[in-house]
Amino acid sequence: MAQSLDRLKESPSQTAGPYVHIGLTPNFCGIGGVYDSDLGSAMVNGETKGERIELRIRVLDGTGTPLKDALIEIWQADAAGLYNSPAEMRGAADPNFQGWGRQPTDMETGVCLFQTIKPGRVPFRDGRLMAPHTTLWIVARGINIGLHTRLYFSDEEEANAEDPILARIEHRVRVPTLIAERQGDTYVFDVHLQGEKETVFFDS
Amino acid sequence: MPEPASNRAPETGAFFQRDRHWHPPAFTPGYKSSVLRSPQKALIAFDNTLSELTGPVFGHAMLGELDNDLIHNFARPGESAIGERIIVYGRVLDERGRGVPGVLLEFWQANAGGRYRHKKDGYLAPLDPNFGGCGRAITGEDGGYAFRTVRPGPYPWPNGPNDWRPAHIHFSAFGHGFAQRLITQMYFEGDPLIWRCPIVGGISNKRAVEALIAALDMQSTIPMDALAYKFDIVLRGRRSTLFENRPEGN
Repeated sequence: MAQSLDRLKESPSQTAGPYVHIGLTPNFCGIGGVYDSDLGSAMVNGETKGERIELRIRVLDGTGTPLKDALIEIWQADAAGLYNSPAEMRGAADPNFQGWGRQPTDMETGVCLFQTIKPGRVPFRDGRLMAPHTTLWIVARGINIGLHTRLYFSDEEEANAEDPILARIEHRVRVPTLIAERQGDTYVFDVHLQGEKETVFFDS
Repeated sequence: MPEPASNRAPETGAFFQRDRHWHPPAFTPGYKSSVLRSPQKALIAFDNTLSELTGPVFGHAMLGELDNDLIHNFARPGESAIGERIIVYGRVLDERGRGVPGVLLEFWQANAGGRYRHKKDGYLAPLDPNFGGCGRAITGEDGGYAFRTVRPGPYPWPNGPNDWRPAHIHFSAFGHGFAQRLITQMYFEGDPLIWRCPIVGGISNKRAVEALIAALDMQSTIPMDALAYKFDIVLRGRRSTLFENRPEGN
């Protein structure tokens, strides 16, 4: 026997279930009057710096059917590549951009929309720049532990080509699963939970 | 007096890697909804970058007076929710055992009859006009939190022909880094349905299940008012930066 490290174990994850809206977006599911608004529903205001974009995201199950009861959170840097977080040591982020958003997928169509800005580039651990990206965290009934992935942008080909995380993906045929396609000011991104087009998910 | 944790320099070390054997795996066929919603390919692992180390901050100013009182936050003036009145309290800790301040906790649950206020819930049990089912709190300097609610009822759900969820409260926790993001469920000490539940059953380690069972705490009850349950939540710990790995040339 050696000394104990005295560590605790992380609380095990459990599914968010079909009624996740009650807790995280109560106004969306008709529970009014408890909170003024649903947290994370508005990411930008008139003062936010950067190019206004829309993210149009769906989450599809193993049959290709869109999930209508999922909830997506996104986290991204501001237009200058700074995170609005105390752990950001490189400078102050745009005070008009929190960088975090939360949206349920539409109960009829499964579409989830975020009005945000195009993020700037953020350095990797060794100082190289990562390509602009948005981090996604997806929960739903049937998902036992929140899924972590990234959305990269189709019009950033050069940056994407030198991104250290994308470079880690051994099976290059899977890289496009992380790249949202630009259509006007909207980026369209389908997350495939299973199948040939299964999105790359991360453990980080 | 010790310095308040929120005044300390922010920690920037990478998070301890997740023990994926401790958590339920993505594919747990006893819980049928997971079958078509579970990724089948290997996760791509990488050490945290700034995108995972950072996270948004939520201030106490966003909280309303009744946000941590589910007995009253949806009730008509002068009325209250029906059910067994309880206090749920505890601390949010990291894997090094330290309290985590400033954590946004959001919780949601069925009413005392086991019915959710949601258009997709068609269970026979009636809605309680005075119960909405959501609340939130932000942890204090020591990671502590508390809220009042009614004990949720168990309920049947369409999975196997006769599956019942144990009484539970859903918790969402927002730590300091986006990599700590976690949703889990709290169960109640002594509930025989816990060990029959296909969702709980996705967790293979008995000690891990027990980590989600809140203990009845008679010393924290309010006599003639409410019972109390203690529920601690543990978020991923952070590596110390004693010998930081630096790129060549630094």
